[in-house]
Amino acid sequence: MSIILDHVSHVYEQGTAMEYAALKDISLVLPDGQFIGLIGHTGSGKSTLVQHLNGLLAPTGGNIYYNGADIHEKDYNKKELRSKVGLVFQYPEHQLFEIDVFSDVCFGPKNLGLDKKETELRAYAALKQVGLGDEYFYQSPFDLSGGQKRRVAIAGVLAMKPEVLILDEPTAGLDPKGRDEILDQIARLREETGITVILVSHSMEDVAKYVDRIIVMNRGQAIFDDVPREVFRHYKELEAIGLAAPQVTYIVRELRERGLPVDTDITTIEEAKRAILKAVGDREAGK
Amino acid sequence: MDIIKARDLVFEYIRRDEEGNVDGITRAVDQVSLDVKQGDFVAILGHNGSGKSTLAKHINAILYPTEGTLLVDGKDTSKEENLWAIRQEAGMVFQNPDNQIIGQVVEEDVGFGPENLGVPTEEIWQRVEESLKAVGMYEFRKHSPNKLSGGQKQRVSIAGVIAMHPKCIILDEPTAMLDPNGRREVIRAARALNHVEEITIILITHYMEEIIHANKVFVMDKGKIAMEGTPREIFSRVEELKALRLDVPQVTLLAHELRKSGLAIPEGILTREELADALGFPRQMPRREGN
Amino acid sequence: MLRDITLGQYYQTDSVIHRLDPRVKLVATVCYIISLFIVDNLLGYLVAGLFLVLVVKLSKVPPKFIMRGMKSILFLLVIAVGFNLFLTPGETLVSFWKLRITKEGARLAGFMAIRLVFLLMGSSLMTLTTTPNNLTDGMERLMGPLKKLKVPVHEIAMMMSIALRFIPILLEETDKIMKAQIARGADFESGNLIKKAKSLVPLLVPLFISAFRRANDLAMAMEARCYRGDGHRTKMKPLIYQKRDVLAYGTVACYLALCVFFGRYFLL
Repeated sequence: MSIILDHVSHVYEQGTAMEYAALKDISLVLPDGQFIGLIGHTGSGKSTLVQHLNGLLAPTGGNIYYNGADIHEKDYNKKELRSKVGLVFQYPEHQLFEIDVFSDVCFGPKNLGLDKKETELRAYAALKQVGLGDEYFYQSPFDLSGGQKRRVAIAGVLAMKPEVLILDEPTAGLDPKGRDEILDQIARLREETGITVILVSHSMEDVAKYVDRIIVMNRGQAIFDDVPREVFRHYKELEAIGLAAPQVTYIVRELRERGLPVDTDITTIEEAKRAILKAVGDREAGK
Repeated sequence: MDIIKARDLVFEYIRRDEEGNVDGITRAVDQVSLDVKQGDFVAILGHNGSGKSTLAKHINAILYPTEGTLLVDGKDTSKEENLWAIRQEAGMVFQNPDNQIIGQVVEEDVGFGPENLGVPTEEIWQRVEESLKAVGMYEFRKHSPNKLSGGQKQRVSIAGVIAMHPKCIILDEPTAMLDPNGRREVIRAARALNHVEEITIILITHYMEEIIHANKVFVMDKGKIAMEGTPREIFSRVEELKALRLDVPQVTLLAHELRKSGLAIPEGILTREELADALGFPRQMPRREGN
Repeated sequence: MLRDITLGQYYQTDSVIHRLDPRVKLVATVCYIISLFIVDNLLGYLVAGLFLVLVVKLSKVPPKFIMRGMKSILFLLVIAVGFNLFLTPGETLVSFWKLRITKEGARLAGFMAIRLVFLLMGSSLMTLTTTPNNLTDGMERLMGPLKKLKVPVHEIAMMMSIALRFIPILLEETDKIMKAQIARGADFESGNLIKKAKSLVPLLVPLFISAFRRANDLAMAMEARCYRGDGHRTKMKPLIYQKRDVLAYGTVACYLALCVFFGRYFLL
């Protein structure tokens, strides 16, 4: 049970003067239950890539398999695929349209042809999963705050009960607290449901704390694909393409260069704190 | 000389329900007093809804104070006759790069402000050239704005403001919709203007790393000024910042955590070099990395 | 994809025709259209055709770009030609089944076809050689006298140029919203007309909200840059007639005279 990309490439405006290769020969296996960070700056092809995963875009070369079946086979049920691979676009709150929050979340399950009861049950569960209280259910989505709107939009996709949840820049435009809340909520959601989550972002710092695998995109290619600490080892190459490892990676390297023996594979503040305290403690003890 | 002088500024707006009846009054800016000196680089921080953007819109006379006064270069913003002079002197750059570019060609957009001011044609061309060069976008002058990156669009917007020869530029969350590269471009352009052209910059943001170079920082919360000081002073108050829903650069946060665990490190560490120094590893004796 | 629709279809190159004042091009296009209706014989159309070929050559626009627009009027062309061909009374040329073609009909149909094709080529040449912005500028100036009649000429021109700026942005947005709703299981394609219309709600509501938000933002940004309507403004690119523009007006006048002479009085 997984998504497999087999030598996938995508060329926009093929055959015209505007021809542009957004994806170049990408092969990936995205197994069930992983928490994946897909990192790259604007124009790296990451948004194009995720639109392939639910069949919104068809590759101009290569194949994509979901649970073993080629999703571009003639009689493959795309609609079902889209309910299994849920894609939340950037600024998803811009797609809200119903008169109240609850009806908006019902839109997805209703499109799946579920009956009223099941639709409402799913909408209710989804709103609970994103941490939105009952008091908001019958408000107009347009009266909510930015962060709340975004939760409603994410719930709209969750209500289809996807097996894979893809979030394209879920924190764009939020303030730091709003960003942390959404990311924490997503992490909690994953723990509770065990679904595969793919987090698309241009911020290493946001992602490092949560994911267990990072795929770095640049110019249409997946240049790194590993656990965070392995990826951050390439901080120099990351910098060259306009991305950076989390600031804490640089701090521990600076310290090590100056003679404090700390592990340089550190990716979070918590780890750095422990490592520095230990190194300093050892030094004191050694004196 | 103070370019901006706010005294007990209050801004309230009336919320209405669907029938148009008054539903309540929200105080977005509450008794704010602040002074900005000519040539300063000032940052105003705050989470979404803290009132920082509402305050910014007062400086450009898009909004008028409900109570209190706001003087821009000595001119009262609530007086109708000052309106155009204030908007020329205090230019504004907004958050969404797409929604503030009027021209279909970069140079025409930059010329829009001077056209409105009635600047003679030849001088408009000069100003457009200077302004685009100041933000490093001159080579794109014939391009369509639609083909530019977010950071480039924002630099065009900044050029559009510079071409009006303002004394002060207010940047209202100019980087909120950009990626890290775009953010860096915009902040670099703003700093250069402050340094080279000595234009007063007021940067409104919620990204902490953007305020490190400011002379002065105001932190807003619930319409009030909650903190005020140099970046270092602000960053030494980690717990307060967290309570105000803001974050702190990782190095500052790490230093703060280490300090809490008992290490003798001062508050307000801003760079990793400072942290290394504070831990007792000065740069003077470079060592090669072991193994 | 929706993004492929380009508006104004401007062809970027440098030519005498591109450099002409937009007012000249607007006036010339109108004159050309008038000329097509003055002309009433083959020689006249020959003059019109030669003039068109000359201008196309000067404009450096590849003929295939000009011909591209023909596809869109093919249907119209067939109908117009068909009606004229079969329904004009007169001397029978050929007849088969219930239809008959008259000599007058053939003549009228031929002329109608030439007229339509030339008309479209002439006007698309204008849009191919003039940026939309320039075109609105030209219109604003030409309609200038209407200001005295309280027609908001400047505002109309400003609205047009803002629309032109935002159409590509809104098209892209439409594409994005559509994809997002498809990801939520929306179906924009199947079903009857009513069902299709209903399925547009999830697309149109967000699109309108976004358009209003953008309009609001833009109005604020314009005011912040001291925009206060016409009156106080100067122009970065003012329209000033050059020698070539005067020359062009002269050429157009000569052309009109030739058309009248050959097309009306010099009977072939």
